[in-house]
Amino acid sequence: MAFDYEQYLRPGKLPHIWCPGCGHGIVMKGLLRAIDRCGLQKNNTAIVSGTGCASRLPGYVDFNTLHTAHGRAVAFATGIKMARPEMDVLVVGGDGDGIAIGGNHFIHACRRNIDMTYVLMNNYIYGMTGGQFSPCTPTGDRTSTTPYGNPDPIFDVAKLAIGAGATFVARTTAFHATQIDKLITAGLRHKGMAVIEVLDDCPTTFGRRNKFRSVVEMMKRLKDIAVPVQTAGQMSPEQLQGKILTGILHQEHKPEYCDQYQQVIARAQTAAKS
Amino acid sequence: MSKRYELRFSGAGGQGLVTAGIIMAEAAAIIEGRYAAQSQSYGPEARGGASKSEVIISDEPIDYPKATAVDACLALTQQAADKYAGGIKPGGVLLIDSDFVKREPEGDFRVVKFPIIRTARDEVGREIVANVVALGAMVALTGIISREAGEQAVVARVPEAFIELNKKAYNTGFEKVKALLA
Amino acid sequence: MAKKVALLQGNEACAYGALYAGCSFFGGYPITPSTEVAEVMSVELPKVGGTFIQMEDEIGAMASILGAALTGAKAFTATSGPGMSLKQELIGYACIAEIPCVIVNVMRGGPSTGMPTGPSQSDVMQARWGTHGDHPAIAIAPSSCQEIFSETVRAFNLAETYRMPVQILLDEINGHMRERIELPEPGDLEVVNRQQPTVAPEDYKPYDHAQGDIPPLASFGSEYRYHVTGLNKAADGFPTSKPELVDAEERRQLRKIEANRSLIEKNEEYRLEDAEVILVAYGTISRSARSAVDHLRKDGIKAGLFRPITLWPFPEKRMTDLAEQARAIVVPEMNLGQLILEIERVTRRVCPVAGIGRVDGEPITPAQIVAKVKEIL
Repeated sequence: MAFDYEQYLRPGKLPHIWCPGCGHGIVMKGLLRAIDRCGLQKNNTAIVSGTGCASRLPGYVDFNTLHTAHGRAVAFATGIKMARPEMDVLVVGGDGDGIAIGGNHFIHACRRNIDMTYVLMNNYIYGMTGGQFSPCTPTGDRTSTTPYGNPDPIFDVAKLAIGAGATFVARTTAFHATQIDKLITAGLRHKGMAVIEVLDDCPTTFGRRNKFRSVVEMMKRLKDIAVPVQTAGQMSPEQLQGKILTGILHQEHKPEYCDQYQQVIARAQTAAKS
Repeated sequence: MSKRYELRFSGAGGQGLVTAGIIMAEAAAIIEGRYAAQSQSYGPEARGGASKSEVIISDEPIDYPKATAVDACLALTQQAADKYAGGIKPGGVLLIDSDFVKREPEGDFRVVKFPIIRTARDEVGREIVANVVALGAMVALTGIISREAGEQAVVARVPEAFIELNKKAYNTGFEKVKALLA
Repeated sequence: MAKKVALLQGNEACAYGALYAGCSFFGGYPITPSTEVAEVMSVELPKVGGTFIQMEDEIGAMASILGAALTGAKAFTATSGPGMSLKQELIGYACIAEIPCVIVNVMRGGPSTGMPTGPSQSDVMQARWGTHGDHPAIAIAPSSCQEIFSETVRAFNLAETYRMPVQILLDEINGHMRERIELPEPGDLEVVNRQQPTVAPEDYKPYDHAQGDIPPLASFGSEYRYHVTGLNKAADGFPTSKPELVDAEERRQLRKIEANRSLIEKNEEYRLEDAEVILVAYGTISRSARSAVDHLRKDGIKAGLFRPITLWPFPEKRMTDLAEQARAIVVPEMNLGQLILEIERVTRRVCPVAGIGRVDGEPITPAQIVAKVKEIL
């Protein structure tokens, strides 16, 4: 039977603002399938975003939803989770929001290993403001503020998350629709900071400036560059040139932040008694 | 007694002058039930640099909380003595560490001196309690709080293991000045 | 029974006031001269099962308290100088999304890094207009350590009542000064808790003006689910750009203050009955001014003190009435002329208004005020 998305969508809030061909809707559907699979309760779930195209997602879905200022989603979410550790907290957003203006909050949430699931839609661009380059825009590419080609090197979001201490890091693309919900499910089931990067497409502001003639062409590129992490081991460096690894890239178990703070509470209360 | 009495503890950062001021204020405000306001100013350094702590004691509510005309001043360094002696009001008192303040400030105030830090090290046994030696000395010099209130405030502030050491420091400072004044 | 007394720093009194008010969440970032507030909260909150978190930066600290506040917590942060500048972004968010929280700003010299350990009162206009856009503001400037405690409790009450951020303005002097305070017992001071919705969950709207100008705010994690955004929004919390809805919501937010001025405004008057010279001073400097009033009276000059405790909203009506009886108004403040602008505005200069500004890191002394009054008379 087809999955019933309507049960999680807020009545009257569609159509969404996303352009035809944008992958954010594919990610939203994957997210809802994962939430359903994990049995998350609507009242007990908070979905938090910053600002940008991807950050409009919470407005469409029927949970406790918080659309915050640009870059601040993880810090708001940290307050929610610390004040109510029993809630399931998810963060969604784009690359500029999460990795540029929100970069400091992002790495520190990873470092704390706080139990939340962050779905980062990386479409290499600031879409809402009309297509300026982000820290994820490939070097040399054209955007409205890199008219002569982007001189900046990029952040590898997954490596950044792993280096900062996130204990679950996965990557897929908007083309790999079924893998999206599998990875988000694994992230939700993981205790600690889970980062799922979904490489996405922005046909309107990225594609047309970088010689992608159609959405299909952009999707095909996402399909072509993805290499499952399991098979990458058998490939030569030459074969891996220009590819990105997909799947669960990193998972480990380390103390979770809310649990750690519960121990602080216990120590403080013991000290107060004596 | 005049209704407003101003004390200043001055020296270098790390010498415990803020703590000495707090103990003085606690003795007056908590133990003797009067009004007291303690404030301080310091530079960015945690150790070294100039440091001062001020205590206003009064039998009425205190409006302006900083010193304007100091009744009694402590200076543990030459720099502090040079800087703050001028703020002492006519007829006030200045207590200095005679090992460190070689150029004695002059003015219309009484100067009382003894080697405060050396006393802490050699007679009490720990240089770190020099501030409590100085506190005892200031209590004896000014009489602004009772000897017992000062000692109680010292005991209330220090960890159990250091109570005897600090009591000794306080009383040594008190006796030194008492002898000098006799 | 005798009250429990303690010698507390203003910053400590502020933290204990927050705990008395029922604060259960503090998100902070270290900055001089406010840090003692965070230190006390880190010690005391876990004892009562509350949460202290030191965030990665000032904006993160502000974000964390807003997230916590949405779950129902009474939330609090402390900062100074450059930290307060950074907080402005999300103070605006708290205003538009109508999230209760309390921010204490222990003012220090500026602009920029300025004088981290020097006192100042130069954030008065920032407290009113710091964040962009039209927005309501409540800012309280207590004077003594005892009042810092009680006004911090009131700050939480106002935040919870009016669903908005409330700022407490201290300065390096009364933040770090220690005074004897009597610690109130539970019940001595009023503590206001957040109004909860009573409608059925499916009928709940977070900005439902049919419920009055201050609609109840449900908690995340309860049976009420809703959406919060920093965009202009309609009663249901979802973004709108319909001119009539945007306009109505903006006006309602300002009306929360305007319609309740008499419940929010607070001031103290000292020897004003027959005063010809009115000193207007707040925070630490009001203590210098009070002392100056006594000196001036001794010299035969009929001086009095008007001390606004809420700077925003400014106690406008009372100030306007008092100006009618005055020969002159003198406004000492540790800045180069901020609150004086409001006084000139509300009194329409029916009498001369003179300022005493000081920005050298030293407090304005009673003698300085006395000299200025004598000079202008």
